Amino acid sequence: MFEYPTAAVEGALAAGATYADARVVVSKQESIDVQNQAVQSLDRTEQAGVGVRALIGSSWGFFATADLSGRAATAAGERATEIARASAAVPGDPMQFADVDVVQDTYETPYLEDPFTVPLSEKVDLLIGVTKTMQEVEGIAIATGNLTFYDTNKWFVSSQGHRIHQHLVESGGGFDATALGENESQRRSYPQSFGQYETGGYEVIRKWDFAANAGRIAEEAAALLTADELEEQETDLILEGSQFALQIHESVGHAIELDRILGWEAAFAGTSHLQLPKLGTFKFGSELMNITADATLPGALGTFGYDDEGTRAQPVDIVKNGIWTGVLSGRDSAAMAGLPPGGMVRADGYNRLPMVRMTNVGILPGDSSLEEIIADTKNGVYMSTNRSWSIDDKRLNFQFGTEIAWEIKDGKLGRMLKNPTYTGIGPVFWASLDRLAGGDEWIHWGTPNCGKGQPMQVAHTGHSAAPGRFKNVRVGVRG
Amino acid sequence: MTREIQLTDQILDLVGDQAEAEVLASTGNLALTRFANSFIHQNVAEEGEAVSLRVAVDGRVASSKTTATSDDALEVFVNAALETAAMQPVDEDWAGIAEPAPLPAVEHADDATYDASPDARADLVKAFVDAGEGMLAAGYCQTDGQSVAFANSAGQAVSGRNTSAIIDGIHQTGTSAGSGHAASVAIGDLDGFQVGALAAQRAIDSATPFDTKPGEYEVILAPEAVGTLAVFLGFYGFNGKMLSEGQSFVDLGSRQFDERFQMWDDVTDPRAMGIPFDTEGTPKGHLDLVIDGVTRGVAHNRKTAKKFGVASTGNNIPGSEGWGPVPTNVFVGGGELSVEDLIAGVERGIYVSTFNYCRILDPKTMVVTGLTRNGTFMIENGRITDAVTNMRFTQSFVDALGEGTILGLGNDARFADSEFAPGIMYVPTMHLASWNFTGGAEG
Repeated sequence: MFEYPTAAVEGALAAGATYADARVVVSKQESIDVQNQAVQSLDRTEQAGVGVRALIGSSWGFFATADLSGRAATAAGERATEIARASAAVPGDPMQFADVDVVQDTYETPYLEDPFTVPLSEKVDLLIGVTKTMQEVEGIAIATGNLTFYDTNKWFVSSQGHRIHQHLVESGGGFDATALGENESQRRSYPQSFGQYETGGYEVIRKWDFAANAGRIAEEAAALLTADELEEQETDLILEGSQFALQIHESVGHAIELDRILGWEAAFAGTSHLQLPKLGTFKFGSELMNITADATLPGALGTFGYDDEGTRAQPVDIVKNGIWTGVLSGRDSAAMAGLPPGGMVRADGYNRLPMVRMTNVGILPGDSSLEEIIADTKNGVYMSTNRSWSIDDKRLNFQFGTEIAWEIKDGKLGRMLKNPTYTGIGPVFWASLDRLAGGDEWIHWGTPNCGKGQPMQVAHTGHSAAPGRFKNVRVGVRG
Repeated sequence: MTREIQLTDQILDLVGDQAEAEVLASTGNLALTRFANSFIHQNVAEEGEAVSLRVAVDGRVASSKTTATSDDALEVFVNAALETAAMQPVDEDWAGIAEPAPLPAVEHADDATYDASPDARADLVKAFVDAGEGMLAAGYCQTDGQSVAFANSAGQAVSGRNTSAIIDGIHQTGTSAGSGHAASVAIGDLDGFQVGALAAQRAIDSATPFDTKPGEYEVILAPEAVGTLAVFLGFYGFNGKMLSEGQSFVDLGSRQFDERFQMWDDVTDPRAMGIPFDTEGTPKGHLDLVIDGVTRGVAHNRKTAKKFGVASTGNNIPGSEGWGPVPTNVFVGGGELSVEDLIAGVERGIYVSTFNYCRILDPKTMVVTGLTRNGTFMIENGRITDAVTNMRFTQSFVDALGEGTILGLGNDARFADSEFAPGIMYVPTMHLASWNFTGGAEG
């Protein structure tokens, strides 16, 4: 397959590009959706093509085609260069491009069980079984389950001599139960909302033991209909691990994207409240806040060998003891900011331009446990599993809702509470983090649906997290 | 014979009489030129072809998609789909495939847009940037041209072309941003300088914002903000699947909105974009959603239509199995008032240019939270007096449009790019009686 990206790069250089790189991507995806014991959809998608990026002066051009032939690849390189030339009509400063090791290598996701060879009947039966279990709980109107698997091969070539083949395997899924009341719906999900995704094979699905959790999830959804509403107040808030992961994703992960900080995403995704001159001194949170972006974590969803610019996967400190220390970057953005490139540029398929994306942005584990934290809380709320998320264009003001909460009184879980929400301002909220769990409760949560860019790209990102407590948080905000 | 039709014929031949089959094939050019810090920093284009196939073997259904369209690849593709379907349990709700039916005589396509060059997009970007002298501009110009063919084994065979062109962006001062947007079937209709000038003026006008107290305010919602309301109503409410599952607020035949609220879906409107059939090959037409405040209809695909005992409205979209059918050529009825007249009717209120990052808290009540962005202004005694900082709101969109809430409708209806779906909402400025702001965006 290397002949096609090579032809594309050669086409771009011959047309006048000063630098070019190209990826052939051949991918397949299988997705199974079951609702109320009936298969709602079974989709298989295959995608193959080549995308080439060409640089002239300060201007990039990118062109992609699904035609995998030498002639089409060469033409794609020429078209990318033509587009770069058109970009020069509205030019910027000369583009810098940080140096990285020129690598010829291969990488494969470690996995035990190829998810595409597991019999379809086994996958379908699993989902039918969990939806049946959920439907047996009184009050459950809708029970759904999903499994999705990805198998991606990428061949990357650059005009600097990169030649990298990667084979990535990702697996995930989950299920949820919805109870309908007079004028409300209540939902519970497992392992988290939208399911749990990891790099790896079908062993990921077996590990999460769907069948053992379906009944509990459905009973909680039904019980929410008669639960009390969380009242608006300021109180101590304990976040369950997957909601903690979402909190990291939205209020830290996107805020540290260097393209946002540099203004490259200003019109759509937004910018960031973080300013580069404050890198190394800005107090982002409490001493317990130690965030890394680590694309090498085994099993985490944002793990790979090389990013889509050919930079080796690596761990980067983002926040150390509460101080902001790092960003997510690529070769051009890092050079512009005078920072080392972080190897965090990825594209959603052959036909999308690589851009700065989260890898595995997570918090390092603490030394406590959920049980200890609850026991140590006199008055508070424990919230679990994301239901809604909204945050402003500088990644400062957030309001998140979860599926379920429990009141905490004198160190014990009490009443179940419905429609829980909490709101805050990023650094103020993170400064209030005063207890953090670890051990077995520290999990590499996976987000398979991170949207960014135009045309829209969806990235798969990982977020290691454990339950933690935040002091004096405004909860229960409603319209 | 076009390439798309050739592909649908080829795949139907491969399926033969082994299954009911639906094939959708598309070819096209999507190109997007992005700019930030007043220069073009990302500039992309793609061409290609893709096919989708849904087969039903005795009610056992499977779907597949591929971009690999060589003869050999298609044979493998079809055989795999048939084998997958055969392993499925029977889908008791399978509604079969569409019978042959004619399309409305409409094509929303423009040759110059279909083949627009990167230079043409760069010219529009340059005009947008030049409209805000000394300011930082960011945004995009997109051109899209698609040719689509559908055919099924019942004999329905339809095809069409569509194009769209969009210029959208912001100008920024050191303390503020303002937005502008225009979309059309034809790139020649777009005026980059005019759109950029509106964005620049909004940015200048909001350069020194102040914090205002949260609470209930009258609002003037510019078309982009109204577009967000329409997207949420359409996707979560006027959705046959959500309704069948009891998750929609919709109560057909009931007066659920202000009598001045009109909303409909109509691909045949000359102003619309898109092709006049859905991914099941069902022709699209005019679908009333709300007439004089009374909820009249929802979008259906074949499966939801079967459940309700009605005909599909042609609103199946990719992913409809999970999400449900939704209206994608939405119009909201406008009025006679200019934006200035609408503002003149406000004693004390807030003007919202756009909403941002809106998320639903409960589909049944349509309670949504989000923020304002790119130009938020205080209105006092009938005129804009100051800029205000961005604010968070938590508001039921159904309640916001309920009885007695619409105080005025603008005469400025246009495509308004909400954050979710460019080119599917054609809406005016609205004056609403109340909107619940819960706090400032920066605390």
